[in-house]
Amino acid sequence: MDFDLTEEQRLLQSNLRRLLADHYGFNRRANYQAEAPGWSRAMWGRYAELGLLGLPFAEADGGFGGGPVETMLVAEALGEVLALEPWLSTVVLGGGLLRHGGDAALRQRMVPAIAAGEALLAFAQAEPQSRYSLSDITTTARRDGDGWVLEGRKSVVLHGDTADWLLVTARCAGARHDRGGIGVFLLRGDAPGVLRQGYSMVDGQRGAEITLSAARAEAVLGEAEDGLALVERVVDEAMAALAAEAVGTMSALHAMTLDYLKTRKQFGAPIGSFQVLQHRASDMMVALEQARSMAMYATMMLDEPAAARRAALSAVKVQIGRSARLIGQQAVQMHGGIGIATEYAAGHAFKRLAAIDTTFGDADHHLRALAAEVSTAA
Amino acid sequence: MDLRFTAEERAFRAEVRDFIEANLPPETRQRMIEGRVPTKAQTVAWQRILNARGWAVPDWPEEHGGTGWTAVQRYIFREELQQTPAPQPLGFNTNMIGPIIIAYGTEAQKQHFLPRIRNIDDWWCQGFSEPGAGSDLASLKTRAVRDGDHYVVDGQKTWTTYAQHADWIFCLVRTNPQAVKRQEGISFLLIDMRSPGITVRPIITIDGGHEVNEVFFDNVRVPVSNLVGEENRGWDCAKLLLGHERTGAARVGVSKERLRRLKFMAGEATENGRPLIEQQRIREKIVGIEVELKALEMTVLRVLAGGRRAGESRQADPASSILKLRGSEIAQSITELMMEVAGPYGLAAPGDADAEGSNAPELMPDWARSAAPLYFNWRKLSIFGGTNEIQRQIMAKAFMGL
Ligand SMILES: Cc1cc2nc3c(=O)[nH]c(=O)nc-3n(C[C@H](O)[C@H](O)[C@H](O)COP(=O)(O)OP(=O)(O)OC[C@H]3O[C@@H](n4cnc5c(N)ncnc54)[C@H](O)[C@@H]3O)c2cc1C
Repeated sequence: MDFDLTEEQRLLQSNLRRLLADHYGFNRRANYQAEAPGWSRAMWGRYAELGLLGLPFAEADGGFGGGPVETMLVAEALGEVLALEPWLSTVVLGGGLLRHGGDAALRQRMVPAIAAGEALLAFAQAEPQSRYSLSDITTTARRDGDGWVLEGRKSVVLHGDTADWLLVTARCAGARHDRGGIGVFLLRGDAPGVLRQGYSMVDGQRGAEITLSAARAEAVLGEAEDGLALVERVVDEAMAALAAEAVGTMSALHAMTLDYLKTRKQFGAPIGSFQVLQHRASDMMVALEQARSMAMYATMMLDEPAAARRAALSAVKVQIGRSARLIGQQAVQMHGGIGIATEYAAGHAFKRLAAIDTTFGDADHHLRALAAEVSTAA
Repeated sequence: MDLRFTAEERAFRAEVRDFIEANLPPETRQRMIEGRVPTKAQTVAWQRILNARGWAVPDWPEEHGGTGWTAVQRYIFREELQQTPAPQPLGFNTNMIGPIIIAYGTEAQKQHFLPRIRNIDDWWCQGFSEPGAGSDLASLKTRAVRDGDHYVVDGQKTWTTYAQHADWIFCLVRTNPQAVKRQEGISFLLIDMRSPGITVRPIITIDGGHEVNEVFFDNVRVPVSNLVGEENRGWDCAKLLLGHERTGAARVGVSKERLRRLKFMAGEATENGRPLIEQQRIREKIVGIEVELKALEMTVLRVLAGGRRAGESRQADPASSILKLRGSEIAQSITELMMEVAGPYGLAAPGDADAEGSNAPELMPDWARSAAPLYFNWRKLSIFGGTNEIQRQIMAKAFMGL
């Protein structure tokens, strides 16, 4: 067991943190968010230069061969500054589907463009009725000649508005909730029949509602009728990345709060001298460290067999959700009024943490998933 | 001991309910059901309907337009408004500046202001907090210097709710910087928001709403006749607010209405094709909150009954803190659960719940729209009106001898 980072990993972390320190201050972020497309294309270019965008892909495909730990480090650093760019949707979600489901020809075509910052991807999975279920799919895919044609509606698609490519789950066979019969299809974002309505979400990230009417797929990833295992694996990888991102956000928020406790004075003393707030800050630190441990556990479990991996990631999501709620709410409370003003950073971190809890299932959803598996045998 | 409402009280509730049903504009009600704040015009229109009925200011003495109701009747009235839901009377007018002018104002101030307060001919805002004076209000720095028949006011107030709507602001200002006890150098001034030298700057909250503001005073001239009470005794006026309407902070009716909305939402949201409300865990969470709320409601009624026996006490009382603490925590837990029920759609909700024609996708269900904004906005409930930490501090120090 070794929790230490390698020299290369440390370098990656410090280079990225330096880049973000230079270009991702709070006011800069507000500017990125305010201007189309709602994040910074200049930053995206810098991520590409730094090698972030090709990081998890195999060298043979044009990537840099990074693993779960590298992804964790990137996510954590991006979380510290509440980065708005479509890194999760392009590299972890879209990229993950390509890595695990794309054939060599497709990977070699797509990965260099992703790594260069020239291709944005989005994962169009959820539907209006599906909530957190990955198999509740009514969008259909029908064979047409040697290709596929999709029909349906996708909802709350992270960065679906600007994506050059959409990775869409659709049903080729079976009934609405069946685990079988689900495929993952690659479509051009601007393909005929793709209607996208973009919006900014409560945490400042971009989302889109997408309607598909006879939209033609360019490719199928994995087995057309057996794609759910692929989807589950990639969603677990995304939850691991989200856990690390949340840890970055929580640690930044904790630091911000400590700073405030030391500088804000009421009754002639720094408010951090009041014992009740000291205890609260300590509880936040406990929650942060528990979350950090679980984010590491997530990276450790990603390559385990599906059942163990899924249970582990549910556990991670429960802890992350709980820690995020406690830290988010207490940080706002200890800031007093300015905690809920958009002009200050704390409230934005609080909102991002609330959104992370809801992404791919909140703490309670994953608690129920774990509870369903409890038995006297183990 | 008989904890039930009397037949008269039940009849009174029916009368209030019928009146609200018959007179509240449906758009106002619908907007509030959706979890959005009523517009200024809606709040004013409704207050005027109540005023025409003689119900604008139930808590005031009858000579100034009060209804002469018992504390229990007043509670019933407020609860009916809250759970309809209808706009509650504008607190700055009816619960704050009105009672202060009644208690400390000159005859001329009463004559001029009270009828206008009742009818919201003047919309009032509260200028107490400052950037450096939040929980520690007595450290406020905005200064008023006497110059002939005027005070000249310089400084800054912040978190001023609805200053953008306001015609008048009531302010605590420092008139004697030398006073040994900080509280003794503070005066209470009424300031016309149209006075030259006043600037209002919006503060946008994290739900996207514009509810609070900064208010800057630069050489603002205020007639001495706008002083309430004696110079340097303004703290007494402020203290009056501590004891006033102490059961209001419990917001029992608001929480009941939000729980009703929560259950509606849990009936609309589905998972695996079934409504969420069918899930045992969601039901347990809802019921858990309902139990807490029932206990709070009974506590409120005990306070009311105590008040009825002992005559209305205006002194601070541990009950105020208990009701504020539980009331805010319960309300916040309802919004947490709403957020949970809204699920992914809670994220898609546009940032600004009040932006008409916002970028919300057409197909997004209405019931999910306000979950996140309300969850974010209602963090304020444990911050304003004395933070929950300060409430606990008051209880420990003033009532438990710790
Ligand atoms: C939405 C909203 C509307 C408002 N409307 C108005 C208005 O219309 N008019 C007006 O005058 N004001 C208004 N306020 C201001 C409100 O009264 C203050 O926010 C409140 O008094 C807290 O002050 P603060 O924000 O400066 O926080 P601070 O006092 O700086 O407190 C920061 C943190 O320190 C804690 N703390 C402070 N002192 C102690 C202590 N002794 N022991 C333990 N903990 C302590 C607090 O509980 C809090 O958690 C509003 C506030 C909000 C959020």
